[in-house]
Amino acid sequence: MTHVEREQWDVIVVGAGGAGLRAAIEARRAGARTAVVCKSLFGKAHTVMAEGGIAASMANVHPQDDWKTHFRDTMRGGKFLNQWRMAELHAQEAPERVWELETWGALFDRTPDGRISQRNFGGHEYPRLAHVGDRTGLELLRTLQQRSVGLQQEDHRETGDHEARLKVFQEFTVTRILKDGDGRVSGVFCYERESGRFLVLEAPSVVLATGGIGKSFKVTSNSWEYTGDGHALALLAGAPLVHMEFVQFHPTGMVWPPSVKGILVTESVRGDGGVLRNSEGRRFMFDYVPDVFKEKYAETEEEGDRWYEDPDHNRRPPELLPRDEVARAINSEVKAGRGSPHGGVFLDVSTRMPAETIKRRLPSMYHQFKELADVDITAEAMEVGPTCHYVMGGVAVDSETAATVGVPGLFAAGEVAGGMHGSNRLGGNSLSDLLVFGRRAGLHAAQYALSGAGGGVVAAQVDAAAAEALAPFGSPDGHAPENPYTLHQELQQTMNDLVGIIRREGEMAEALERIAALRARARHVSVEGHRQFNPGWHLALDLRNMLLVGECVARAALERTESRGGHTREDYPAMDRSWRPVNLRCHLDGDGIALERTRTEPVRPDLLALFEREELAKYLAEDELEGGRGA
Amino acid sequence: MSTYDARFRVWRGDAGGGELTDYTVEVHDGEVVLDVLHRLQATQTPDLAVRWNCKAGKCGSCSAEINGRPRLLCMTRMSVFARDEVITVTPMRAFPVVRDLVTDASFNYAKAREIPAFVPPAGVGPGEYRMRQEDVERSQEFRKCIECFLCQDTCHVVRDHEENKEAFAGPRFLMRVAELDMHPLDAAEEAGLDRRRTAQEEHGLGYCNITKCCTEVCPESIHITDNALIPLKERVVDRKYDPLVWLGNTIGRRRNRRAP
Repeated sequence: MTHVEREQWDVIVVGAGGAGLRAAIEARRAGARTAVVCKSLFGKAHTVMAEGGIAASMANVHPQDDWKTHFRDTMRGGKFLNQWRMAELHAQEAPERVWELETWGALFDRTPDGRISQRNFGGHEYPRLAHVGDRTGLELLRTLQQRSVGLQQEDHRETGDHEARLKVFQEFTVTRILKDGDGRVSGVFCYERESGRFLVLEAPSVVLATGGIGKSFKVTSNSWEYTGDGHALALLAGAPLVHMEFVQFHPTGMVWPPSVKGILVTESVRGDGGVLRNSEGRRFMFDYVPDVFKEKYAETEEEGDRWYEDPDHNRRPPELLPRDEVARAINSEVKAGRGSPHGGVFLDVSTRMPAETIKRRLPSMYHQFKELADVDITAEAMEVGPTCHYVMGGVAVDSETAATVGVPGLFAAGEVAGGMHGSNRLGGNSLSDLLVFGRRAGLHAAQYALSGAGGGVVAAQVDAAAAEALAPFGSPDGHAPENPYTLHQELQQTMNDLVGIIRREGEMAEALERIAALRARARHVSVEGHRQFNPGWHLALDLRNMLLVGECVARAALERTESRGGHTREDYPAMDRSWRPVNLRCHLDGDGIALERTRTEPVRPDLLALFEREELAKYLAEDELEGGRGA
Repeated sequence: MSTYDARFRVWRGDAGGGELTDYTVEVHDGEVVLDVLHRLQATQTPDLAVRWNCKAGKCGSCSAEINGRPRLLCMTRMSVFARDEVITVTPMRAFPVVRDLVTDASFNYAKAREIPAFVPPAGVGPGEYRMRQEDVERSQEFRKCIECFLCQDTCHVVRDHEENKEAFAGPRFLMRVAELDMHPLDAAEEAGLDRRRTAQEEHGLGYCNITKCCTEVCPESIHITDNALIPLKERVVDRKYDPLVWLGNTIGRRRNRRAP
C-alpha cells in the first residue's frame, strides 16, 4: 500500500474562485472545519478575469427592476431550458449576496446618491450589473480572499492558529474523489504541484467549484486552469452532467495578434455604447434580430442610440442581444466575406465616447489593446470575434442544496454546476451565480458533514489514485511515447474545428472518433523529469479530464437535433419546442460517455404567469403550454 | 507572418542551485515572452517550471525577471527586444526558488495575514452603505492590484536584505493598509485599531524611503509611492504632530458616513 499523508476535515472545497471561496466562507461560518484546495496560488483564480459586473436587481439605477424581471431575463436568455428553481433562487438572492460583499470591504462604483452603480448588459432589461470599472471579477475575488483571511485572523485570535478552521492548500490538484464502501464521499486524493507529494484529505463533504472547460478549445478566453477537472471528477465519482452541449462562445474576443487570440473583450464595451460594424461600415446586428426578440430591440440606429439616454421610451440596440445571437451574427458576417482584416468584425467605441470617458469606464480594455495589440481604442476600432468563454453544462445538482445527483456528500457550485443558465448564460449572471450557489453549497455541505454522515477512506482507492497519477512517468509498454502538449493541441484543434460555434452531424461524429483515438494515445503519454513542479506531468494528468468533457460536449451536441442558445446546428437551424423539456445527461460508461434523456420538471405555474402566453408559445412544447394554462 | 529564431537564456535549477541554460527558439509575430516559454515547453524542455494562469495581465501569476527587470512574462512583448538580443529570464530574486522560474511566494501570504481586515461600521446593514464615487476612487486605485508581487520583489528594502523581511510588509501590503485607511466606511478607529500607527510600528513603513522602484515595475500602473505610501507617511506624521489635522480628518470621515 502506498504511504500517503492524510488530514481530516469536515468540508473540502475544490477550487478557490468565487464559488469555492464563497462556499468555504459559508461552511466555516456554519461551524465546519473547511479546507480549500486550489491548483493555483490563492487569489489567482479565473474569477479575476470577469470584467463586466454582477447581475442583481437592486434597483439602484432603474427603480422598476425586481427579481421577477431578472428571472424573466435569465429564462429568456437560456431559451427556457434553465433549471427554473435555480433561476428563481438566483434572481431572489443575488442582491443580498452583493450587499454582503460591501460589508467585507468591496468598493463598487457608485451612483450619484452613493449607492452601488449598475450598468446595462446584453439580455438584461434594466441596468443591473454592479461593477468596478471593467475589473469586477478581481474585486469580487479579492473581497472573498480578504474575507477568508479575515476569518483566519479571527481564528488566530481565538486559537493561536490561522488555519484551525479554514485552510487553503494552494497549488494542490485533486485527481480523484474518494468514496466509502456505501458510495458516500469520504475525501479527495491530490498532489502538491511544488513537491509532487501526494495528500489525502478526508471529509464527508466535498464541494466542486472548479470552473469550466475552455482549455479543451483552441480559441478561448479561459485561463490555464480551465481543464474541466470538476466535471471529470464528478463523472468519475458517478455523478451525471447535464446540458453539456451548451458552450458559450463570447462574441467579442481579440483576434489579433495570434498570441492573444481569444482574450476577452468585455461586453461592457457594448453596454456602454460600443457598436459592431462589418467591413462595409454597416451596423449589421440590425439584420440579425431573431423572431423571439423582435419586439424588444430597436429597429433603427437612431432608436438604439436614443435608448442609452432614454431607456423607457426606446428599445435597446441589437448589439445587446444575448451572447449566442451576437456570436452567430459575427460568425455569419465573417463567413460572408464582410469581416475585418484578421478575420473578425469591428467593435468601435472611439466614435461613440470621448477618449477620457473610455479610459475611465474601460480602463483594462484600453490597457489590454494598447499593450498587446498596439491599438488605441480611443482612436480606432477593435477587431473582435467569437471565443470559447463559458460552459452552461455541468454537474447535475439539486436547486436548493447544490447536492449532486447520486453521490451523497458531493456538491457543486459555480460554472462546474449545470442547469442554472439553461442553453445560454447572460453576462453578469455568472458572478451572481457563484455567490448565490457558492453560499448554498457551503451551507449544505457543512450541514451534511456535521450531521455525522460519511465513512472512511478505502485504501485500495488511494493506491489506485496514486498509480494513476504516477503512470505518465512509467514506460509506455512498447508503444511510442506520446507528448502531452501534442495531444492537448490536437484535442483543442478538434473541438474548435468540429464541435465549435456552428455544428454539423458529420463533423461531430468525426470529433468523437478523434477523441477516442486521442484517449487511446493518452494511455501512452510519457513525461520527462521528476515530480517537482513539472508542467508536462500536470498537463498529462489534466488530459484525462479534458478528453472526458470533450466527449461529453460532442456526444450531447450530436444528439440534440435543434439549435438553441449555445448549441447551433447547421443541419437543424431552428429551435424545436419539442426539445424544450428534454435534458441530456452524460454518465461515465466504461472509458467513455453514455447519454440519458431525462424530462425536465414542469415550470411552476406562478413563474409561468410572469410571461405573456404569446411569448411562452415560442418556447414551450404544446403539452407544456396546456399544462401551464390549466394550472 | 514573419518568424525568426530568438536566443533565450533561462535559469534552470532548484533550491540546491542551478544555472542559466541557452535555448534557440522560434518566435512569431505579436508574441510575448510567455508564448516563447510555452513553445520551449512544448518542443524542447517539457518540464520547464513556470507559473501562469490568464495570459492576459489580469492574474499576476507569471512574474519573473527579464534581463534583470521584474516583469510579467505575459505582458512583455517580444517586439520590445532586438531580434539578435539574448533574452535572459530568471526567477524573482527576492523570493526563494522552488524550481526554474517558480519561486516560493509564501512571504507575501504571511504578510497579508498580518494586516487586519476591513472593519464594517456598526449599525450600517447590508444594502445601507452609502459612499461617494470620489471618496472610493482612492482606495479603488489600490484595489486594481493583481498581486503579482513584482513590487515586493524589486523593493530594495528586502531585495537583498533578507533580514528586513520580518519587520517590513513591503509596498503591496503597506498599500493595503493605505487602502483600508482611506476606505470611507472602515471603522477600525472605532474598534480601537489605529491603522496609521500600525503601519509605522508593525508593518515597517519607516523603512520605505520613497525611491519609487515599486511604482516603476507595477504592471497596473498604480501610483504606489505617490498615492499610497507618501500619503500614509503624511497621515502618520499628522497623527504624531498635529492633533488639529487629526480632528479635522475624523470629522470629515464621520460626515461621509451617512446612513440612508
